[in-house]
Amino acid sequence: MLTHLERLESEAVHIMREAVAESANPVMLYSIGKDSSVMLHLARKAFFPGMLPFPLLHVDTTWKFRQMYAFRDEVAAAADVELIVHRNPEAVARGIDPFTHGSALHTTIWKTEGLKQAIDEHGFDLAFGGARRDEEKSRAKERVFSFRSAQHRWDPKQQRPELWRLYNTRKAPGESIRVFPLSNWTELDVWLYIHREQIPIVPLYLAAERPVVERGGTVIMVDDDRMPLEPGEVPEIRRVRFRTLGCYPLTGAVDSEADTVPAIIEEMVASTTSERQGRVIDFDESGSMEKKKQEGYF
Amino acid sequence: MGAGRQHAQPAAQPGSCPGAEPRSKPGAHLGEQPGPQPAAQPGVQPSGRAARRGAGALDVDAFLSAHEHKSMLRFITCGSVDDGKSTLIGRLLYESKLVLDDQLAALEADSRRVGTQGGALDFALLVDGLQAEREQGITIDVAYRFFSTERRTFIVADTPGHEQYTRNMVTGASTADLAVILVDARKGVLTQTRRHSFLVSLVGIRQVVLAVNKLDLVGYDEATFGAIDEEYRALAGALGIPDVRAVPVSALVGDNLTSPSPNTPWYRGPDLMTILEQAPADPGAHDGPFRMPVQWVNRPTHELRGFAGVVTGGTVRPGDRVRVQPSGVESTVARLVTADGDLPAAEAGRSVTVTLVDEVDVSRGDILCSADRPAAVTDQIEAHVVWMAEQPMLPGRRYLLKLGTRTVNATVERPKYRVDVNTLEHVAARGLALNEIGVCNLGLDQPVALDPYTDNRDTGGFILIDRITNATVGAGMVHFGLRRADNVHWQHLEVDADAHAALKGHRPAVVWLTGLSGAGKSTIANALERKLHASGVHTVLLDGDNVRHGLSRDLGFTDADRVENIRRAGEVCKLMAQAGLVVIAAFISPFRDERQMVRDMVSDVAFVEVFVDTPLEVAAGRDPKGLYAKARRGELRNFTGVDSPYEAPESPEVCVDTTVTTADEAADRLVAHLGAILRHG
Repeated sequence: MLTHLERLESEAVHIMREAVAESANPVMLYSIGKDSSVMLHLARKAFFPGMLPFPLLHVDTTWKFRQMYAFRDEVAAAADVELIVHRNPEAVARGIDPFTHGSALHTTIWKTEGLKQAIDEHGFDLAFGGARRDEEKSRAKERVFSFRSAQHRWDPKQQRPELWRLYNTRKAPGESIRVFPLSNWTELDVWLYIHREQIPIVPLYLAAERPVVERGGTVIMVDDDRMPLEPGEVPEIRRVRFRTLGCYPLTGAVDSEADTVPAIIEEMVASTTSERQGRVIDFDESGSMEKKKQEGYF
Repeated sequence: MGAGRQHAQPAAQPGSCPGAEPRSKPGAHLGEQPGPQPAAQPGVQPSGRAARRGAGALDVDAFLSAHEHKSMLRFITCGSVDDGKSTLIGRLLYESKLVLDDQLAALEADSRRVGTQGGALDFALLVDGLQAEREQGITIDVAYRFFSTERRTFIVADTPGHEQYTRNMVTGASTADLAVILVDARKGVLTQTRRHSFLVSLVGIRQVVLAVNKLDLVGYDEATFGAIDEEYRALAGALGIPDVRAVPVSALVGDNLTSPSPNTPWYRGPDLMTILEQAPADPGAHDGPFRMPVQWVNRPTHELRGFAGVVTGGTVRPGDRVRVQPSGVESTVARLVTADGDLPAAEAGRSVTVTLVDEVDVSRGDILCSADRPAAVTDQIEAHVVWMAEQPMLPGRRYLLKLGTRTVNATVERPKYRVDVNTLEHVAARGLALNEIGVCNLGLDQPVALDPYTDNRDTGGFILIDRITNATVGAGMVHFGLRRADNVHWQHLEVDADAHAALKGHRPAVVWLTGLSGAGKSTIANALERKLHASGVHTVLLDGDNVRHGLSRDLGFTDADRVENIRRAGEVCKLMAQAGLVVIAAFISPFRDERQMVRDMVSDVAFVEVFVDTPLEVAAGRDPKGLYAKARRGELRNFTGVDSPYEAPESPEVCVDTTVTTADEAADRLVAHLGAILRHG
């Protein structure tokens, strides 16, 4: 009898093999976060001892933490990894940033629009994503194979039923598929698996002394000098870590002493705050993730 | 993968990437963790109900080790909106302490705003996901929820109980090990309870927990519970569900969900959570013969040729004799390759890469089987089909059928009967509408390997896909392969196509004219036959109207009958072409699918699709038979172009625009087009 982690691993491997076998030009969305690390690890297992049969795509915003870029570049240096980095040229030209333009516009232009551009530009017909059904209520109903129209829209009313291990991967020209191999994983499963498999992660997940400011109850790390400090605001050094990673101005830190993966797991089990709370974009209103997804946010 | 892994090992695969800043190796510190005190009970997991608040006293080592060895149970909950199903699931999440503080705050706010409990916590809001349905107050799709206790982790498929959503329940049940069926204690076993139970048995779930809910509203009356329990057992027995456990609960109050309730002292059985923790998990095809549908041929080097897939039945070991179905070739398993090293054995559920001793031909879509108990190979099956699309199932139409990793063309025959899910009666049916279930034969265009669904869900379950919209339109469960295809053998014909062509002096062909009624198909067809005949070509003309007077006189003009009409015409084309003739066929043939079907049927003969392109208003203006006028007066139903669709060809060999081309000119173009074909085939 398989343990639950083995069952989850086997399922993810099966999903990846199906997706690659039935698509012409697959890609893996690589966000540098822990879920991406797990996905990459699973992909290597799925096609072992063969090479990864697809490139990685990082839709960059230029506002990630510096340690994330360093980690990404090390991942990209591996012999079996081909990494494509896409930055929305319009966002580059207009200098979109989360401070001046707000989190919603920042996310829309860099991430949502950037992702659409990259998929269109390279002609990818299938993209792996690390989203999990436990992250947010609207995701609980998303399929493992989720279809996007040629305009990249997601229609929750037009989802295909998924039975047994059978995934219908047929699509019309121009349409693309998002595939979520970690659909049935929980945050705890991800950490247990990282621990069990010794998967490398960005050090920001582990507690360390970091310069932070507190804004509206969210603890923001001052990662570089692009961050405008408000009058009287002085960064303080606190021992913090991050439960999710994104653009540093939009990612809240938590006070923590957990500086190893087992300590994170221990802290998580004792924790009473869900993972996405650290993400500023979800706060807008109840149901906001669902709206973003319909517009093409991953 | 990773079987028998005793200890974590450094990630040494190509491309492992250490972090940018120096950091401790995760896991390496496990044994040295100085912090937490040993738990009072070693091995007890803190993720569960009792543990969260006491997590300060966590033994990380014991926790990690215990959690790694947890099993997983997937179950489905069935009940209607009024049965309190969402409340029950929300309550299980809440009681297992998996509702976190910020979610709780959101729940409190939502409960005040849209809750149905007068501002008190409405647990249903924890699980009702999409905004639209939250506003309607109902669940409209399959949602998956996750929680865990000391003993196991759970995945719950939550599906609506409303009548029109059979599709969702079958979908959610297809991956479930167990079903929780809710009944309202005030109402007892209802029609919908029968429906849910039938679907559960159809999908092959053998364990049912009957949760008799809202017991608080009947004063925790033992006799009420007993009567419902008894009535349900009779139903389950009739449906062949072997394992039933009934538990009296109140989802709203929390009785017997995670601990025995003082309100039901007469009930001595376990609470619902305990039942879920102790039920056999993943009771799949472990005991059956070895099966592995091949997903991917992994050939990174000349030395290694591996076949990757999930073991969906039995266990496989190196040295085992296997048969590749449907080809029937046999070999012996050499290795079970994984990234964590070769395995000594792989059981059902595990993803592996199998290498064989011999160089045999294996590709995606094949099934590796135990050699002494291989899967059947057939191109005719009988199956239960659940219809999942708004567009009804049309007998005679071809759909794509995906079973395991193989996709083939399938033609569904007229259902033998439909099952009324409310009365479980067998009812005569011409097709299947959305959410209807029937027993049908399906003919496949090539043999596939399969098992009866009751033996193996993965090699006996299939989906049907619409060839045009690509939607998943049906799901099927194989009863058995029919032997008919085996017993009716193709007779070898000694006078072959070359011999016919030599005698006739030209190759055969099928010229298929499609277009609206009144487009000019018959006129062009006649002109073409005249010209070919004059130049010594042997022809036959099949006209749609004429065929309907004879071969298809029993058919009407519904979509299903149109499909069957074209299938018959296609078979006739094939026979005539085999005789060496040039077949000129003039049929409205409104559906792309069926034109493709005919093209595939006569695949060894040249097929020339001719789109006689006449705008609707022009054809209706000509109206040589007065049919458009009738149809527009409502005297003629299902008339193409009026109240029945016409799907224009996307890439016909020849396109004739009759507004600028005469029939004679069109015929000349076709003769020219056929010139090379008739000479060389």
